[in-house]
Amino acid sequence: MAFYIASAIAILATIMVITRYNMIHALLYLVVSFLAVAVIFFMLGAPFMAALEVIIYAGAIVVLIIFVIMMLNLKEESVEQERKWFTRNIWIGPGILAFILLGELIYILVASDTVLLNNKVVDAKEVGLSLYGPYIVGVELSGLLLMAGIVGAYHLGRQKRKVLHRFLQSTEE
Amino acid sequence: MKTLPIESGLLLAGVLFTLGLISVLVRRNIIFMLISVEIMLNAAGLAFIVAGSRWAQADGQVMFIFILTMAAAEVSVGLALILQIYHHLKTLDSDAADRMNG
Repeated sequence: MAFYIASAIAILATIMVITRYNMIHALLYLVVSFLAVAVIFFMLGAPFMAALEVIIYAGAIVVLIIFVIMMLNLKEESVEQERKWFTRNIWIGPGILAFILLGELIYILVASDTVLLNNKVVDAKEVGLSLYGPYIVGVELSGLLLMAGIVGAYHLGRQKRKVLHRFLQSTEE
Repeated sequence: MKTLPIESGLLLAGVLFTLGLISVLVRRNIIFMLISVEIMLNAAGLAFIVAGSRWAQADGQVMFIFILTMAAAEVSVGLALILQIYHHLKTLDSDAADRMNG
């Protein structure tokens, strides 16, 4: 029963995310959606992943997006602009097509045989042993990916220098 | 606690993924598109966790950690790109960035 309540909260919060005009309101609903998914992870026997979901998704990623929205310094007219963009004939076509695909997916899942989930809890020790045993190559590649992400974000986020050094200014003339 | 059928978890992942897909298709604001991609990645991770719970193995959770790492790297690079686009074009409209002459 608790699983279905948490699922309903996750789906409703996600619907609220994709229909808001104000970005901050959408992000607050997104935090609720991530917390509901974390509750589901806890019930599925993955308590370590529930903690990571709260810390990294609901904590780090959402806070990063909020900081960028604060840096952009958007005014009230951005909400009006969003309201103008989000019209009915924009979302009706992709919405219907995506829901047809979802209907097919639901049909495939319901028509197959029912399999029950295990109630066994897979804790952090087991995950760590698997992560640093057979998946050690994946861990090293993740480190490489994060390094590339840091360098890429620094390079892309750098502003053009407006004030040149006096030696450079003299050579330009 | 009663055991759940595996379909309920996979159905939730499918519904969340579809909502993220609809949002990334209909939105024109780049930040909303980035948020929708996060929703879709989270739904994919949920499917991995459900499958890991089905077999009571740690592999699904290991894949979720990899998805988490990828999402964190992707959102940092994406936000840096959004800052540059807003700096150059003074708008968040994704249609404004359709010319490749910088």
